[in-house]
Amino acid sequence: MLTATVAGSAAALVLTLAQVLWISPLILEAETYEEAAATPDQPEHPAWQPENGWPRTLATALANTALGLGYGLILTGLYALRPPVNAVQGLAWGLAGFAVFFASPGLGLPPELPGSAVAELSLRQHWWLGTALATAAGLGLLLLQTRPTLRAIGLLAFAIPHLYGAPHPAISGSVAPDALLTQFRLATLAANALFWLLLGGLSAAMFQRMIREETR
Amino acid sequence: MVAQPFSDLTEASRLHRIIASFSAVLLGSLLILIVGFAPVDAVHNAAHDTRHSADFPCH
Repeated sequence: MLTATVAGSAAALVLTLAQVLWISPLILEAETYEEAAATPDQPEHPAWQPENGWPRTLATALANTALGLGYGLILTGLYALRPPVNAVQGLAWGLAGFAVFFASPGLGLPPELPGSAVAELSLRQHWWLGTALATAAGLGLLLLQTRPTLRAIGLLAFAIPHLYGAPHPAISGSVAPDALLTQFRLATLAANALFWLLLGGLSAAMFQRMIREETR
Repeated sequence: MVAQPFSDLTEASRLHRIIASFSAVLLGSLLILIVGFAPVDAVHNAAHDTRHSADFPCH
């Protein structure tokens, strides 16, 4: 629990920094295009949302911390069954997390700026969750099993969501310029890779230390 | 010193580890679902920028 908390918070802090410096300005810029293109039929009582500026940054930092904690707990939970022997193995776990929760779902549904045309939310959420689960199962079978049949099933699990295909809208496009979207995807890719490598390396190092202290 | 491999454990400590592992993964998944998938508007708006940058489906 402590391992997940410290490693998760540290990785979340770095993610928050990357957002404040790089990602959030891109989201805010895209929102100016989104607002310019929006029709003025606002609901009478719009739901609460943090004001731009520090309330919004604080809300994002809190959400990032919850995310770091959640992913940290999943990793350390798996470490209980497959203890990493060093921080390098932790980096490998981090890469696996990056593949399961970012890269594989992102192949079908890449990170979008506000104001992009997208398929219905529930369709995308189901595909995203299904892809993450299938990728996790696939990687587990492929890398942690030795029997060729199980490994083949792992490869298949990895491929099925992509063969099935992610839900896309009939007409795609974005109100934000392409250059902004390219930069946004590059920024999210870098920030998430950094987040996962840090989370994996730190959590494995801390997990090791905890075990050393317990067995001393 | 490294952690004992799972296969070397006694039946009782194996069960203990499985329960610990399962609870951690469950709690972690719950947090992810709240941040990335909660249908409550206020939670959605608070975590908006996190969703966009962590590639969770949004809007």
